[in-house]
Amino acid sequence: MTQVSMTVNGKTVSRDVEPRTLLVQFLREHLGLTGTHVGCDTSQCGACVVHVDGRSVKSCTILAAMANGSQVTTIEGLANGDTLHPMQEAFRDNHALQCGFCTPGMIMSAVDLVNRNPNPSEETIRHELEGNICRCTGYHNIVKAVQAGAQAMK
Amino acid sequence: MYEFNYHRPTSLAEASKLLAGAADGKFVAGGQTLLPTLKQRLAAPSDLIDLGGIAELQGIKVDGGSVSIGAGTRHGVVAKSAEVAKAIPALAKLAGGIGDAQVRNMGTIGGSLANNDPAADYPAAVLGLNATIHTNKRTIAADDYFKGMFETALEDGEIIVKVTFPIPKRAGYVKFPNPASRYVMVGAMVAETASGIRVAINGAAPCVFRHKEMEAALAKSFSADALKGIKTDPKTMNNDIHASAEYRAHLVGVIAKRAVLAAG
Ligand SMILES: Cc1cc2nc3c(=O)[nH]c(=O)nc-3n(C[C@H](O)[C@H](O)[C@H](O)COP(=O)(O)OP(=O)(O)OC[C@H]3O[C@@H](n4cnc5c(N)ncnc54)[C@H](O)[C@@H]3O)c2cc1C
Ligand code: FES
Ligand code: FES
Repeated sequence: MTQVSMTVNGKTVSRDVEPRTLLVQFLREHLGLTGTHVGCDTSQCGACVVHVDGRSVKSCTILAAMANGSQVTTIEGLANGDTLHPMQEAFRDNHALQCGFCTPGMIMSAVDLVNRNPNPSEETIRHELEGNICRCTGYHNIVKAVQAGAQAMK
Repeated sequence: MYEFNYHRPTSLAEASKLLAGAADGKFVAGGQTLLPTLKQRLAAPSDLIDLGGIAELQGIKVDGGSVSIGAGTRHGVVAKSAEVAKAIPALAKLAGGIGDAQVRNMGTIGGSLANNDPAADYPAAVLGLNATIHTNKRTIAADDYFKGMFETALEDGEIIVKVTFPIPKRAGYVKFPNPASRYVMVGAMVAETASGIRVAINGAAPCVFRHKEMEAALAKSFSADALKGIKTDPKTMNNDIHASAEYRAHLVGVIAKRAVLAAG
C-alpha cells in the first residue's frame, strides 16, 4: 500500500491505496466521485478527463500515486452550488449532449482549452478535442457549445 | 494491471539505485505508453520508478546554435514554447501534433525516444535534425541511436537526460496521422542542416530511417520537384490493418514532398 494525498475539488483527501490504483479508480471507487467516466481501456476516448494542477489529463492513464500532492478538479468541482459552470450551461443550451456519457470529459477538456485559449476558433476547438470521442452528437453542437462557453467564461 | 511497488526518486543517482535494487524494475515518465501496456497486462514489472520528480530532467534551453530539451519535458510544453517555435518551428509543430491535448499534457520526449515506436513522431525529429541524445552515462548520435522496432542503443537502466537539436537552416515536418489514434502512418522530417540535407521517414517502416536517395536529390535542388520519380521499396514498409505496404511506399513520396514545401 502507498499513501496518496491530494486536493480534490478544494478538499484535502488522503487514502492508503495499492500502487497500481489509477487516478480514475481513486476518484470513482475511493472517493465516490462517479461523474468521471471510463469509456475505453486504450486511453483514447477522453470520458475520464480531469484537471491535475490545471492541466487536462486522462485519469485512466495516470496513477493516483503520480498525482500525489496535486490539485485535482473533476466535473463535480465545476458548478458553484446550484449554479452550473458557464461551460456546463453552454452544453445544455446548445444541445451538445445526447446520452451524456462523454460529457464530463468533454467539458473538462473544453474548460482547459478555453483557459489556455480564451478565443478559440472552430479549427482550434476541433484540434483540441481530438482526445474526446462522442458516439452520439456528431460533434457539431459540442463545437458550438465550446464557442458559447468560451464567451460566457470571460 | 498486475501489482507493483511505486517509487518517486528526486535524483538520477537515486533512480538508478532503485532500478538496480528492483527484481524487474521499470522507469515511468508520462506513462502514456507504459500505463496502457500495463493495463493490458502486456508487462509485469516488479517496481515502477517514476522519473517525474527529478528536476534535472525538466526544461528547455536555447543557445546560439542549439535547442536542448530535458527528457522529462512534456510534448505540450515543447509545442507551446515560443523559444522552440522561433528556433525550430518544425519541432514545435511536431510536438503539437502528437496524440491529443491530454496525451501531450503527460507524455515526454524521453519516454517517446526510449520507446521508439515505429509510429511515434519524435524519432523523425531526432534523426532528421541530427540531434544528440544525452544519457546518465554518455552521449549518443542520432545515427547510432535507433536500432529497430522498439529497439534503441540504450542499455538496461540507462536514463535519457536531455536531447540537443542543432538549429537547422530550415526544416519541415509533415505526418499523415492515423485518424483514430493520431499516431503516424507515414511522416517525414526534411532538414537542411550544417551537415547536409537529411530526410527522416517515420511510421512507414519498422524503424525510423534516412531516405538517402531523397537526400541526394534535395542536395542538388531543394524542391518538391526534385523528389519526383523517387520510389520507395514496399518490401521495406510496414503492412498492417491501417495501411498496406504499397500504400505506405506511395505515401512516403507524397509526404516527403509536403515536408519539403513546409521547410520553405
Ligand atoms: C491515445 C494516445 C495517442 C498517442 N499518439 C501519439 C502520436 O500521435 N505520436 C507519438 O509520437 N506518440 C503518441 N502517443 C504516445 C505518447 O507520445 C507517449 O507520451 C510516448 O510514447 C511515451 O512517453 P511517456 O513519457 O508517456 O513514457 P512512458 O509511457 O512513461 O514510458 C515509455 C517507456 O520509456 C521508458 N522511459 C521513459 N522515460 C525515460 C528516460 N528518461 N530514460 C530512459 N527510459 C525512459 C519507460 O521505462 C518505458 O519503457 C500516444 C499515446 C496515446 C495514449
Ligand atoms: S477512459 Fe477512455 S481515455 Fe480514459
Ligand atoms: S453524448 Fe453520447 S457519447 Fe457523447
